[in-house]
Amino acid sequence: MSLSISLAINGRKHDVALDDPRVTLLDLLRERLDLPGTKKGCDRGQCGACTVLIDGRRINSCLTLAASLDGAEITTIEGLSDGEDLHPVQAAFIEHDAFQCGYCTPGQIMSAVGLIKEGMAGDDPERVRELMSGNICRCGAYQGITEAVLEAQRKLADREKPATGKDAA
Amino acid sequence: MSPDTQSTTIPRHVRHGSNAGQPVSRRDGVLKVTGAATYAADNHPEGMLHAVIVPSTIARGRVRSLDVSAAKAHPGIVEVITPENRIPLHFDPNDKMPPFGFRVEVLQDDSVRYVNQPIAVVVAETLEAATEGARLLAPRYEEELPRTDLDNGERYDAEAVGVGAPAVTTAGDIDAGFAAATRVTEAEYYTPPQYHNAMEPHAVVAEWNGDHLTLDMPNQALRMSAASYAQYFGIPVENVLIRSPFLGGGFGSKAILNGPQILGILAARQVGRPVKLVLTRAQMYGPVGHRGRTWQKLRLGTDAEGKLTALHHTSIGATSSFDDFVEPAANTSLMLYASPAIRADHKGLRLDIGTPGPMRAPGEASGSAALEVAIDEAAQACGMDPLAFRLANYAETEPTSGRPYSSKALRECYEQGAASFGWSNRPLEPGTMRDENGFLVGWGMGTAVFPCPQFPAEARATLRADGTALVETGGVDMGQGAWTALAQLAAEALGLDLDQVEFHSGRSDLPDGGVAGGSGHTASAGQALSNAGSDVIAQLSEIAVNDPDSPLFGAGNIGVVAGEGRLYRRDDETRSETYAEILARAGRAELVGSGKSGRDPASADRFAMNSHGAVFAEVKVDPALMQVKVTRLVGAFAAGRVINPKLVRSQYYGGMIWGISFALQEEALADRRTGRIMNADLAEYHVPVNADVPEMEAILVPEVDPHVSPLGIKGVGEIGVTGTVGAIANAVWHATGIRVRKYPIRLEDLLARR
Repeated sequence: MSLSISLAINGRKHDVALDDPRVTLLDLLRERLDLPGTKKGCDRGQCGACTVLIDGRRINSCLTLAASLDGAEITTIEGLSDGEDLHPVQAAFIEHDAFQCGYCTPGQIMSAVGLIKEGMAGDDPERVRELMSGNICRCGAYQGITEAVLEAQRKLADREKPATGKDAA
Repeated sequence: MSPDTQSTTIPRHVRHGSNAGQPVSRRDGVLKVTGAATYAADNHPEGMLHAVIVPSTIARGRVRSLDVSAAKAHPGIVEVITPENRIPLHFDPNDKMPPFGFRVEVLQDDSVRYVNQPIAVVVAETLEAATEGARLLAPRYEEELPRTDLDNGERYDAEAVGVGAPAVTTAGDIDAGFAAATRVTEAEYYTPPQYHNAMEPHAVVAEWNGDHLTLDMPNQALRMSAASYAQYFGIPVENVLIRSPFLGGGFGSKAILNGPQILGILAARQVGRPVKLVLTRAQMYGPVGHRGRTWQKLRLGTDAEGKLTALHHTSIGATSSFDDFVEPAANTSLMLYASPAIRADHKGLRLDIGTPGPMRAPGEASGSAALEVAIDEAAQACGMDPLAFRLANYAETEPTSGRPYSSKALRECYEQGAASFGWSNRPLEPGTMRDENGFLVGWGMGTAVFPCPQFPAEARATLRADGTALVETGGVDMGQGAWTALAQLAAEALGLDLDQVEFHSGRSDLPDGGVAGGSGHTASAGQALSNAGSDVIAQLSEIAVNDPDSPLFGAGNIGVVAGEGRLYRRDDETRSETYAEILARAGRAELVGSGKSGRDPASADRFAMNSHGAVFAEVKVDPALMQVKVTRLVGAFAAGRVINPKLVRSQYYGGMIWGISFALQEEALADRRTGRIMNADLAEYHVPVNADVPEMEAILVPEVDPHVSPLGIKGVGEIGVTGTVGAIANAVWHATGIRVRKYPIRLEDLLARR
């Protein structure tokens, strides 16, 4: 069989002719589109390493069949920074040492970006911990992750405030 | 991509003369947060095929049939490898590869020795096809009853435990010790099978070019592994290149060769194309090691003042039916508390399971989990505060030998940890504290201890004409921060800013960086890099002080110091010269230095060497549900010189979280009838998620150690697990008055005894 889908990944349009309906979004990214930044930790939707944004929502890409995504907009870890400028979540993860081995990090960061967009955590570290609990970090970098999410959220909120004359200068 | 190939945007935190000691952010940080850090399974060489392991679903017996033709008929299948057709190996997998190799299961016959043992490999054009082909093989078995527990396994006297440690150690007269006791406490403790569960599954991308083999794989011991693979495949060691710039977690499971990765390499050889083989999460519960179960017993004799008169620790450790790795749990009791008589002994227990192996703090974690509770119970029996009891039994010298410690700031750890936690407000009696919501509150503590080995390692440093340097060692970063901390040490020795040092690592064709294990990598590879840097500076000084045109002429080799890319006269810092100027006048394009690491045998004989710490835990227990939550965790650790406090703190946090996990969460459960693990996945094998972890504090207690190595570095990777487990269990007792001596502590254990 062959099934054609069209999807936008990190702002770039991809026309994909799938020769196999069993391909997940995760394996499509990693094995067929040369975007291996998204990681496979369990392939069962249990660890969160494969988290990407689909139409702005955080999703486990290992549980998502590629064939179901015709027309979708997908953001992966490779598409988050603005050229050399890191996204505030990425910068905060480095600053707060919010990773060790780095394998769960793409998923943690995409999940954090999704969470901040959802706006459900407020500035409560307990809520951040709860709402980041779909992403396992075996190295145990949770303290840094929580701090990084809160700091990035503050920075993003500051950015969205209307600029005063002074700030604009 | 690895850090040496991309510039980073790390701020400079360098003071004159030293990069070490600074809380530098990770040099590989940008790569890791942008998805550009390359892990083994991210590689995809041209023409690559996918290999999938077929795991056994029985624990003991033999494979009667595999439906190879059904699998081969599936579109995209290239080859099905079984014992019938697999190409021969040049080293018998039933033998142990020296120095640390285990027996491996690589389709040498049709026997099945544990669940998830590889029984076939399917190679296909796509992962989807290979996965389906593996399913279509539909194995049939001749099944025997598996041995799964203490009552049906075969007990035996282990010759050695762990990696070559003695199975029995006695110091003093244990019977006399107990005879002198006014009180004896005795209890049994159980620790379950635990699986490393690094986030990155074991993987290999293997590519053969004639008799040359290139491997992308996560690997904690590059040179040793390259030599082993060369032997398995009958090729010269120099033909094997292992690239391992990043490991997605190791924890011991990627230090020792295992069957699946050998099968991936073998598959590539057999089909004549590059092959990627990645284990599924479920397949990691068997062929790649685990922390073996233990059944431990502790017997403590104390006198009227609460001083130990005897300490006897025994442990039965589970291993496989065909190889030996017995958790050296009881040996933890040889390291910590003063007692005139100590005995530690171990027995092995053969079960139909995959061979256990080293897992973060092997022996120390399980042993400390029992010992620290036993100490708490003895303190309780003596009516003493647990900290006061530990101080009463503080070992000023090594308990079994009387040797002095190279350094031991454990007393300071106790003091600083207790002060920060507020331990002095702890009521002696259990079950007396409640929080504002009516939850039971308990406070517990444990002592942390871990050895601080220094392994052989080698490094090279090259000073270039422009005054920058290249430093190289086959080191391993599995998350501890080698890309950063090792570069800091090299930069310090070279007297260069960190930005001026290019660091190549993570490849087996570099100087041997040794093993990333035993919490010894920074002490080992770091010392080699430091020595290589110093060698270059010595050569450069030699050139400068003998050059009449240099402002340093006549200063003598030790009369100069290096810093910020210049050599200065030690007695007159206004006289200095840049490295580039010295090299240019000497007409040298570069200077190459080398360095080695290894512990001074005289120091190793004279001194006992450990890292130490003290961990304090608060738990809250819901009185209706008896659900336990760790609400505070304070650890104070003394581990010699700290190279990067930011990274060290992360190591302690990680270790302490493993302590939470051991105490309350982790356990692989096997079905007695089949030997199959019922929770071989990350939904049901519980490891902590963010919400399980409270705000933590790690106190870095200063400690200067002139004996462990010239740099004075001990090690921080594993010690955090120890102490923490017992501290949490003791806090649960203090909250509830219930002693649970079986890990993990579950609410049903508390409910049943409420």
